[in-house]
Amino acid sequence: MNRILTALLLVALPLPVAAGEIWVTNEKDDSISVIDVDTLEVVRTIPTGERPRGITFSSDHSRAYICASDSDTVQVMDPATGEILHDLPSGEDPEQFVLAPDDRHLWIANENDAVTTVVDVESRKVVGQIDVGIEPEGMAVSPDGKIVITTSETTNMAHWIDTATNTIFANTLVDARPRYAEFTKGGAELWVSSEIGGTVTVFDVATQAETHKIRFAIPGVNDDLIQAVGIQFTPDGKTAFVALGPANHIAVVNAETYEVEDYILVGRRVWHMTFSPDGSQLFTTNGVSGDVTVIDVASRQPVKSIKVGRFPWGAATRP
Amino acid sequence: METSFARAGGLLALAAALLGGGPALADLSIPMVYLRQEVAAPPVLSNLDPIPEDRGIAGAELALADTMTTGRFMGQTYSLDIKSVAPGDDLVAAAKDALAKSPILFVDAPTEDILKVADLPEAQDALLFNVSSGDRRLRDADCRGNLLHSIPEDAMRTDALMQVLLDRRWTRTVLIVGPRPDDRALADTLKASAAKYGVEILAEKDWTFDTDLRRATGQEIPLFTQDFPDYDILLIADATDDFARYVQDNTWLPRPVAGSDGLRPEGWAPVLEQWGAVQLQNRFEKAAGRDMQSRDYAAWAALRTVGEAVTRTSSADPQVLRSYILSDAFTLDGFKGRSLSYRGWNGQLRQPIAVVNARALVELAPLDGFLHQVNELDSLGLDQPESACTAFGG
Repeated sequence: MNRILTALLLVALPLPVAAGEIWVTNEKDDSISVIDVDTLEVVRTIPTGERPRGITFSSDHSRAYICASDSDTVQVMDPATGEILHDLPSGEDPEQFVLAPDDRHLWIANENDAVTTVVDVESRKVVGQIDVGIEPEGMAVSPDGKIVITTSETTNMAHWIDTATNTIFANTLVDARPRYAEFTKGGAELWVSSEIGGTVTVFDVATQAETHKIRFAIPGVNDDLIQAVGIQFTPDGKTAFVALGPANHIAVVNAETYEVEDYILVGRRVWHMTFSPDGSQLFTTNGVSGDVTVIDVASRQPVKSIKVGRFPWGAATRP
Repeated sequence: METSFARAGGLLALAAALLGGGPALADLSIPMVYLRQEVAAPPVLSNLDPIPEDRGIAGAELALADTMTTGRFMGQTYSLDIKSVAPGDDLVAAAKDALAKSPILFVDAPTEDILKVADLPEAQDALLFNVSSGDRRLRDADCRGNLLHSIPEDAMRTDALMQVLLDRRWTRTVLIVGPRPDDRALADTLKASAAKYGVEILAEKDWTFDTDLRRATGQEIPLFTQDFPDYDILLIADATDDFARYVQDNTWLPRPVAGSDGLRPEGWAPVLEQWGAVQLQNRFEKAAGRDMQSRDYAAWAALRTVGEAVTRTSSADPQVLRSYILSDAFTLDGFKGRSLSYRGWNGQLRQPIAVVNARALVELAPLDGFLHQVNELDSLGLDQPESACTAFGG
């Protein structure tokens, strides 16, 4: 018994005892910066394949999946050790992906190939490829796993894919250069950001009809620099945070009234966001300034900037 | 000799198979023509950078492929005919023939020829894009209501350069001007931009060498530049890329050069990599087997403009498309970090200008701090109050 305990302790030793970690992919450093949520400091830097962008964890957080875009692969990492366990076939230039609620199917946007690739993470095989528009990027999966969305940046559409048949059942136009898609917590709505259009389009999922268009305006910032990219909903689903790219601000949107309530100043060219495990803090990746801004969610104030690697892009939370 | 060949929708079969869902729209067919007047290029000193045979055309073809992908989800099919008229052959006849097939033309020709096409009775209800001429006239008194410009006006580029010089406080310049009329025109544009932004041109010299300088740059150019007053940067007006490349690193004073070589303002350049530009560069390189140039980008932007307008209006009527393109609703993603739109008063595509050197993007103009009451992009080039263009109802 003692021996087993000792063994367990030894295995556990490399793990910092902490309230959680924020994993940030550094696109131009081929690395991940791991931020400790308690100390708000970078505690580990882990090498990855070339040009890491999208990052996500399996639901039990035993695996990290990383889009290594220029290595044309999705890497599977043991988050405890930082060791790459194996690569998944991903199609060319994977940029963003979503892991289906079944924890088994990874849906990947292949930016250079105008396809969405479905990979079975257990068999490590490609089980489907769907032709979509030019430069697919944003990926989202409905909470019930029945619908996957791919947005294509040059075709300016959200493609609605039926996961039972791997076929597109609807195509909806959005504003120029859609970058990111996210279902609301209950799955009734889909939000799609448009970078060049500078808007977020809200769809009713049941009918795929556009119901709202959210626009942004920041005094002193030229309209065409307000470029919506990442979207995150608070755990209660009542508030959305929208990253506005080179406007260097995060918009706070009331998810019930669609009103923009606030703008929070962050670092330069903000891309994506993730919450701390308890939802009290939001971490934003600021590509040009090479740092992460920590926002206190309750007060909507930035509380700290953390230097990470070059061109931080994706972010994911490890409890 | 006139060559003509069609690039019809090779994706049609695929489109039919994929059209499972989406808005049930009426099938639309959008034929377009790329009309080129070939121009005999004057001889230049160096053969290092030949002008690609398919300059411009390759950009339009890439945009066609991009646009057809969208079209296949929308029930819209696009096709592009390419008509290239040899020097001395009848452009007007070719234009009439093109207009009989399609009301949408991309015109790649010298200024005078563009005006001839735009003034044809057959062209009055058509939608033409100037994809080759940066001449101010076409945006000024000689603008035409049926003619939009996707290639930047020359002054947009020289203004962009002056913004960078002002930002760097390199405001004392000297100028070398080539012997051709288009060199002189470029010099005049540079001078007007310098005056607009308060950049001084302390001295100007005409390029008079008629020898093959390649063997003697190290002897001749230091002497040629020795009697310039002290300056921050040397401007070169060499519109045909003849001699400019031999000036840098051969000047009497150790100073950078700008204009036709060194620090250059461009509509597009292979060194652009941000804002998704790498994806466009990769697609272009894969399709054309070479780097994308400003002319290619202009043709690409023109055809993408048509595609975007057709997608948003579900119409193939050139007048419906024109109204939409000139409206506030129109935005084009041009892979240059800002949304592109057209100046409603002279038809010029608003766009950032890349100020580049051989290896990197230096600045994307407009730079921070150059403000404008309508759109910061309008700090570049002819602005509405200065323009004598009235064809757009202004």
